Amino acid sequence: MTEASKIVDAKGQSCPMPVLLTAKGIKDLESGQVMLVEVTDSGARSDIPAWASQTGNELVESSEADGVMKFYIRKK
Amino acid sequence: MSDDTPDSMTIIAFSGDLDKLWPTFILSSTGAASGMDVTVFFTFWGLFPLVKDEVRMTGYDSMTKALAGMNPPGMKRAKLSKLNMGGSGAWMMRKVAEKNKLAPPEELFEMCMELGVNLWPCQMTMDLLGVQPAQMVEGLGEPVGAATALQKMAKSDINLFI
Repeated sequence: MTEASKIVDAKGQSCPMPVLLTAKGIKDLESGQVMLVEVTDSGARSDIPAWASQTGNELVESSEADGVMKFYIRKK
Repeated sequence: MSDDTPDSMTIIAFSGDLDKLWPTFILSSTGAASGMDVTVFFTFWGLFPLVKDEVRMTGYDSMTKALAGMNPPGMKRAKLSKLNMGGSGAWMMRKVAEKNKLAPPEELFEMCMELGVNLWPCQMTMDLLGVQPAQMVEGLGEPVGAATALQKMAKSDINLFI
């Protein structure tokens, strides 16, 4: 299991808020640190990976259980 | 960022309609959150949502005042492009959005400012419709003209007219 230095709770939020909160959240991290983003909006399934690819941050791991998606993102 | 990903977007916000403010601010905030240089140029009807909600009337003569009367300024008073039904359609759309956890345009607009989106009012529209700088919300860029907007568009990977 990946260790996260920070958790962003975007559960219950709809597009585009999960991506905006992810972008805001990663600003506080140092390069190489990992952030966990928790989302329930199904659009985030493609949006968070698209954001990661666009910004060059690495999507280390993702999982989904009980309607909650978890994305572990390493800051570039 | 890899070379094949777009890094600049310009949106011409023309309509001022509530249902078009959503995609305008969703795309511009998300673009800025994705590291793009994003500019929104507010022109014609698109300028009215930038007027502070507490300003009831803009214009300098009977015709421009009548225009503002028929098309009330302020983001909170924005109409739907279809099925507005005297404002009840817009009210319903806001209720539906709230129920689906979609942030209102006002909140997304705040996010745009926070994320550094360039928000440029059209100088010519301000003159034409008689909208004073003091009547508009804080945090906007300097009013600019078509040449400045085009210069930005020429350098943008994505250009939209909404």
